[in-house]
Amino acid sequence: MRNWLPVFCGTLALGAAAPPPSVVLASTTSVENSGLLAHILPVFTRETGIEVRVLSLGTGQALAVAAHGDADLVLVHDPDAERAFIAAGHGVSTREMAWNDFVVVGPADDPAHVAGGHDAPVAFAAIRKAEAPFVSRGDKSGTDAQEKRLWRAASLDPASFKGGWYREIGGGMGAALNAAAAMGAYTLADRGTWLSFGNKGSLRIVIEGGGALINRYDVITLNPNEHRAEAREAAERLADWLLSPDGQAAIGRYQVGGEQLFHPGAAP
Amino acid sequence: MPDFSAALRGAIMLIGQRDGELLQIAGLSLFVSFSATAIAAVIGLPLGAALAMLRFRGRGAIVLGANALLGLPPIVVGLALYLLLSRIGPLGMLDLLFTPAAMVLAQTLLAIPIVTALAHRGLDAIWSEIGPAFQIDGAQTWQAMPHLLAIGRTQVLIAVLAGFGRAISEVGAIIIVGGNIAGHTRTMTTAIALETSEGNLGFALALGLLLVALSVTVSLVAFAVAGERRIVHHGRKP
Repeated sequence: MRNWLPVFCGTLALGAAAPPPSVVLASTTSVENSGLLAHILPVFTRETGIEVRVLSLGTGQALAVAAHGDADLVLVHDPDAERAFIAAGHGVSTREMAWNDFVVVGPADDPAHVAGGHDAPVAFAAIRKAEAPFVSRGDKSGTDAQEKRLWRAASLDPASFKGGWYREIGGGMGAALNAAAAMGAYTLADRGTWLSFGNKGSLRIVIEGGGALINRYDVITLNPNEHRAEAREAAERLADWLLSPDGQAAIGRYQVGGEQLFHPGAAP
Repeated sequence: MPDFSAALRGAIMLIGQRDGELLQIAGLSLFVSFSATAIAAVIGLPLGAALAMLRFRGRGAIVLGANALLGLPPIVVGLALYLLLSRIGPLGMLDLLFTPAAMVLAQTLLAIPIVTALAHRGLDAIWSEIGPAFQIDGAQTWQAMPHLLAIGRTQVLIAVLAGFGRAISEVGAIIIVGGNIAGHTRTMTTAIALETSEGNLGFALALGLLLVALSVTVSLVAFAVAGERRIVHHGRKP
């Protein structure tokens, strides 16, 4: 055992030396877990030699990490939180990169009788009335914020829900879908994560379409005074590439099971 | 629901494929946890031995502290380290956040109390038997430490392996300070957490079985290298 110690310590020191140019991208979980970033980022790395290190976090946590100066670029989907982030001086600009939509998923037996509709607030009111089990992310993610907006659009306040049918799990999209599948509950999901999710059980889409369910993903460039100067140029190149015709085409090409997951959203 | 036999078949298939990404993830898990265990051993073993051999001021507090911290929650260590290593934290200039080195640091902190407390407990009984002989020889007590560690190598091995077990199995600390970055800081445990969150429960369980196999293999190899078959057969050294 003692003979190995110098080897371990030596390898440790080597591991810390001279990293290649890299960018830390604090990303919302849906673009990472759906496989989009693994599909498009290698193209960027091949063209530029810049390695992208993806932190897959909920929007709230991604913005918090970036506010600490621990990320170089942010990719999230909560317009309200993004505005607050910019107003606090952490970010410089927020630009739309892509969009898709949210879907309401629920158990096949549909206890609230909402399947087939397009109006999410109406469906949420029916779920509330039936007190059918509903899983909430409860983690201040972009999807969680959207869910809260949908309850408000139905003139309901989730903080007042009683009786155990409304379950805040405080977890990611995958954890919420796993929980909803296990409990036979409704939940709100982004379409990207839903399509690539592997444990759907008896869950299916009950509500889709409709203007209230649009889901936009924005790239936020960060305040240069608060962040790693050495990564600033690389982060700007990544942001520009994501919004460039090449990056947008790569996003549009990504499919799971023959279905396009994200629509290019950058202003031309 | 994926069943366990399917997961077992999946695990065997994964080993058969020798998938490059999986090898890299398993390699990083072992590298991080071996490094953390080695550092914890360098600190914890002499400390544990000293606690067994010497009576000094603050000894009781260290013994109490090491034992109390056996149950140190990884997520708390992760969060505290994150705040220290964050760019706006006091150690931000080290640029360690989201690197393997940060994960080594986290696991080291978790393993030190385990190695120290178990080494102390194991060596204490041995020292009370052999200690008087060393004192009669007139040697400085601390000079007997290498002998104590050699005689008590079974206890030392158990303490180090317990520290390793803690390091290789934890996920709460390294997912915060490592960030679970693909190709950079993704380990077996954080990959299992990720696959579970993507609903790939069968694959996650297959990874879990591989992790158990890795951990068991490390223990068996360690016992074999130390020539300690007695532990396996009799539970403890006579």
